[in-house]
Amino acid sequence: MARVLLRVPTMTEKGSVIEIRALIQHVMETGYRPNAEGVLQARDIIWTFTCRYDGEVVFNATFSPAIAANPFIAFTTIATQSGPVSFTWEGDNGFTQTETRHITVT
Amino acid sequence: MKFTRRVLLAAPGVLLLPAPTRADQQRLAAALRDFTGGQPMREGRVRLDVSPLVENGNAVPISVTVETPMTTADHVRRIGVFNERNPQPNVITAQFGPRSGRAFLATHIRLATSQALVAVAEMNDGSFWSQRVEVIVTLAACIEG
Repeated sequence: MARVLLRVPTMTEKGSVIEIRALIQHVMETGYRPNAEGVLQARDIIWTFTCRYDGEVVFNATFSPAIAANPFIAFTTIATQSGPVSFTWEGDNGFTQTETRHITVT
Repeated sequence: MKFTRRVLLAAPGVLLLPAPTRADQQRLAAALRDFTGGQPMREGRVRLDVSPLVENGNAVPISVTVETPMTTADHVRRIGVFNERNPQPNVITAQFGPRSGRAFLATHIRLATSQALVAVAEMNDGSFWSQRVEVIVTLAACIEG
């Protein structure tokens, strides 16, 4: 399990726009770098990030090797109702990780 | 770009830079065509924030915002960021909807060398808006581990 840093407000007002920041530990090997033996290292990146909230995908991003190591992403969504917000990263070599945070909307 | 002292000091380096080759420009144009499906792109509405002088190309903070109320009637569907001279022209593509609240996206990217970045937004009415920014990179990504 890769380390994840998430900033999600725990309590907010209904209808307000909340900013979510997510960072995951990952090398994001581009596939263009040679290793010590001069052989190109195979690509190993996270290629998609999805945020689900209130039964819907509210944000989805497709990454490329141009995204820096330990990919950071910030975006916004409207607080609709209390419930879980889930974050899923998927990548090369079968990498997949899901984190969930609970948000209380008043 | 503001003509601060930093930019002025970097000026000799800029003058020595090789101009982007035609192949680079064609690759960027092809990537943009893929994104827009050949639709015309207009300048404006999109704001791509990135430092004009980047010290470390391994992690460059960028953010994209689009002028839109993000209602069901008028919102951004997709935002794409592209580069001119990395090994691949694509950087990131993200999908938005009325539930996004704002058309905002921030991330950290790699830049192999000084080059142009282009952010494109697709609106729900099918129009495309863009902004192009030139960036000077002093320490390039992809050279060393």
